[in-house]
Amino acid sequence: MKFVFKFLEPNKIFLITSKAPKYVMALFLIVISIGLLEALIFSPEDYKQSHSVRIMYVHVPAAWITLGIFSSMTILSISGYIFKNKNFFLISKSLAPSGLVFNVIALVTGSIWGKPTWGTWWAWDARITSMLILALFYFMYLIAWRIYENKDYVLKITTLITLIGIINIPIIKYSVDWWNTLHQPASINLMSKSSIHSSMLFPLLIMTAAFALFSLLIFLMKYNTELIKIKNKGLDRL
Amino acid sequence: MINEFIYMNGYGLYVWSAFVFTLICFTTLYVVTKIHYIKEKTKFESKFGALDPEKAEVARLQTINREILSRTKSI
Repeated sequence: MKFVFKFLEPNKIFLITSKAPKYVMALFLIVISIGLLEALIFSPEDYKQSHSVRIMYVHVPAAWITLGIFSSMTILSISGYIFKNKNFFLISKSLAPSGLVFNVIALVTGSIWGKPTWGTWWAWDARITSMLILALFYFMYLIAWRIYENKDYVLKITTLITLIGIINIPIIKYSVDWWNTLHQPASINLMSKSSIHSSMLFPLLIMTAAFALFSLLIFLMKYNTELIKIKNKGLDRL
Repeated sequence: MINEFIYMNGYGLYVWSAFVFTLICFTTLYVVTKIHYIKEKTKFESKFGALDPEKAEVARLQTINREILSRTKSI
């Protein structure tokens, strides 16, 4: 554990995070190019939804990543308190902008997909509403960092927001099973056999990898900015 | 062939707008993050440049400061 914390020291981690973005960017461009070719050209159309199924290749990865980011932010915020390490809060803060953007992408592309499949842009359905609530939690989290000057207070407030917001994650996940919703149930299950065909699963996984790389890229840039901001304050104190 | 690819059995408008929206979000997020990064880096460089030699020497002892300045002439 001591080794992990030593590695997480801003002085050491900046040597890696300052150089990493260009490599992550190059990898992202390669993966997204393959993903787009697969999603828009090579993957087949659905027998029921026809070509509108292609919206899944941006909608589903965005939804998965926004859920993953919020869960990580909660774990990081709690860890920050348990291990008394402020760097965990900084990592959490740097993850939030891409989490919010992926949430908005999931909501908007879902709405675009809803029109040809359900006949409506929006429904106050359990899955969609809980995703909207998650966007509000992201928004509150980011706003809290902007408005509160007191460092200790902002750490408490943002941790509280993630702790309350995390209750919403299982609700989002299981909303399609617990309630009657317009939204279809999950097609991919880690525990049982997935109902999606491999010709569609492959592009979906490639696009998910591309989106994950993009969120990593934004995280690295944001984290570097935050570290430089701290160092700026350090120069003022000299 | 190209018409079919764009039209997508009448679903083209929905599919393309979803992909274009995602692209716009990605580009905006990247540009905004990059601008913030450049702004902070420039601020750091100008603050460092304004330090007197003794304080600059102290600041230079930190690896992270050297790394931030690695692409400028001041180090």
